Amino acid sequence: MSKRRDEGLTRRQLAGGLVAVSLAPLASGSRAKADDQLSAALESVTGGAAVTEGRVKLEIPSLAENGFSVPLTVSVESPMTAEDHVRAIHILSEKNPVAHVVRFNLTPRSGRAKVSTSIRMADTQRVMAVAEMSDGSFYSGTADIIVTLSACIDGG
Amino acid sequence: MNTSTRIVIPKTVTRGEVIEIKTLIKHPMETGYRRDHRGQVIPRHIVKRFVAIYNGTEVFSADLTQGVAANPYLAFSTVAEGAARSVSNGSTISAIRIRKRSK
Repeated sequence: MSKRRDEGLTRRQLAGGLVAVSLAPLASGSRAKADDQLSAALESVTGGAAVTEGRVKLEIPSLAENGFSVPLTVSVESPMTAEDHVRAIHILSEKNPVAHVVRFNLTPRSGRAKVSTSIRMADTQRVMAVAEMSDGSFYSGTADIIVTLSACIDGG
Repeated sequence: MNTSTRIVIPKTVTRGEVIEIKTLIKHPMETGYRRDHRGQVIPRHIVKRFVAIYNGTEVFSADLTQGVAANPYLAFSTVAEGAARSVSNGSTISAIRIRKRSK
């Protein structure tokens, strides 16, 4: 009798294990898709060039109650001279329908590499700011944002 | 389409100073994802390009998508030199003058 119960438990544990195993690829699959969108957007911006983390400060609230308008500010450490300046700042989204949200084009006449705007956020996700320097190098800064009410949904 | 733009700049600046220019465009930035009450897709209608021209020199521009919030807010910097004009979506929206500090 007791032997039988033991057997039953084992079988249940086995079944539970199988469910866990079959769910695991689903979860990692959706994560991989989001990563793909961000890395694909990054590659379309850089053309495959290496991106260094740093020099880019992305200020965005960590929690947005309203995804329809999320304020953000990007500043890049740069002297902004004719020889050494930021050529462009790109905002990339992990889960928005459009990954490359906005592109800012700067010149030495900008004086300071700092821009602000408000964007829509479809979901809780990672946001990346990429700075394209005048020498062709790329720097990035990222931030994670939790979105309570998402934009881009029906009626949005 | 009732599109208007507000531009905020410092009242007085000295030549060579880096100033921040804040702009607000009154525009729905319709995404093209929404449907009206009859289930028809509301066509996409967005500001695609924003250009700031300063004495004939382009000092800043932006390429926007439907990912930018309605009534786009853009803030950027430039080196103060003289009279400035800001152009958005192909049409002149405002003329601003930068005064030199009297001293």
